[in-house]
Amino acid sequence: MDINKENIIEVAPTFRVQWEEVQDCYVVLYPEGMVKLSQSAGEIMKRIDGQTTIESIIKNLETTFSEANLESDIIKFLEVAYDTGWIRNKK
Amino acid sequence: MTQVGSETKNKVNPPLWLLAELTYRCPLQCPYCSNPLEISKYQNELSTEDWVRVMQQARKMGATQLGFSGGEPLVRPDLEELIQEARGMGYYTNLITSGVGMDEARIKRFKDAGLDHIQISFQASDEELNNFLGGTKTFQHKKEMARIVKEYEYPMVLNIVIHRKNIDQIRDILDMTVELKADYVELASTQYYGWSRINVDQLLPTREQLARAEIIAKEYQEKMKGKSRIIYVIPDYFEKRPKPCMNGWGAIFLTIAPDGTALPCHEAGQLPIEFPNVKDFSISDIWNGSPGFNHFRGFEWMKEPCRSCPEKEKDFGGCRCQAFMMTGDAANADPVCDKSPYHQELQDDVERIAKLAEQEKEHKTEGKPLVFRNMKNSKKIVKEEAADV
Repeated sequence: MDINKENIIEVAPTFRVQWEEVQDCYVVLYPEGMVKLSQSAGEIMKRIDGQTTIESIIKNLETTFSEANLESDIIKFLEVAYDTGWIRNKK
Repeated sequence: MTQVGSETKNKVNPPLWLLAELTYRCPLQCPYCSNPLEISKYQNELSTEDWVRVMQQARKMGATQLGFSGGEPLVRPDLEELIQEARGMGYYTNLITSGVGMDEARIKRFKDAGLDHIQISFQASDEELNNFLGGTKTFQHKKEMARIVKEYEYPMVLNIVIHRKNIDQIRDILDMTVELKADYVELASTQYYGWSRINVDQLLPTREQLARAEIIAKEYQEKMKGKSRIIYVIPDYFEKRPKPCMNGWGAIFLTIAPDGTALPCHEAGQLPIEFPNVKDFSISDIWNGSPGFNHFRGFEWMKEPCRSCPEKEKDFGGCRCQAFMMTGDAANADPVCDKSPYHQELQDDVERIAKLAEQEKEHKTEGKPLVFRNMKNSKKIVKEEAADV
């Protein structure tokens, strides 16, 4: 799918993202289920707040981890997140 | 009572799922209810404070999913308060309900309290059968509630228990779930415990019915991809390998019955095992240290054919309750497994019921009447059980 980096994205209301102390990771919660996120997936998901563009999320991650060229990895993850319905464009 | 035995024996993962059976009171009378037959014996329900303490203790251990169930959880006037407390603790809160006892004002209050998800049960896709099976006129109300639940942007699961009386309606049932915009659909094949066990002769579908239903379910799974997730599992009586029941005994699930009895699954109360009560012990002591929860952990307890079976880590020998009901010993292999010496008996029973179904169809009769799940019938059953002893 084509991802427009100017879009503001949000976690779909049918999912919830939170830090789980006992699991030591971010998780996605949904009816009667839970997916544990890898560290990088967690760092992306926690920045999706319904106010930030994809562009800013990428920049923020590159700054935070002092790494350039994270864009393609992040976009790849966002494609999966759109597909599973975890995230959507903020209207 | 805790921390005895070897190191490895004590390595127990924390519970992830807390099922709070708030009450066994229910306005419906579904003859396949998974509650115990002895619902009339549960007079003393836990208080709001008890539930809050239980939720806190389980959450601290790592439980993330919390199901408010029953009976009908809407019967409890403190439900809003419990939801709010649970959400504040960080649980993902699931309300598992018939929808009876709900209205828009309450759906809104639940939303304000932080409820994450609502699961509504339907008995059928046509009004007459739905109301007959539930023993009440609820069909239109349920549909109305489902619409409002989606208006409030809840993720919604529609759960339809599937059996011989409604399996031929499966296309209509799926059309209804599409119309109501369900995010998830559980076509839950009746599992034969509790009330459904005593009604199995009237409820078990035939192989032909299952084959037809499976084709239709697959068609809708394909058609609704990306819009609605449809889950359909055939009854395990027709399988050759048992289900990995509860993902293992005391591995993930913790059920608390209305009176505070802690169980590794909501059916386990029927086993001849003593289970602790949350009024006497903390959740941590119950989960890690109680003999009841350790009873079938690991593989030491297994008998043959499970003990030497290469698949034992996959299915844990199946369901302890089913083994107990059909063989008299909960440590035996689940007779669903074709390695079990009792498997043939189960197959014969399935054949016997298939013949009953055939006769019903031929003579257009209803067979023997269903035993509905209500307090009156429960009291009668409890009395008969007492007389048997």
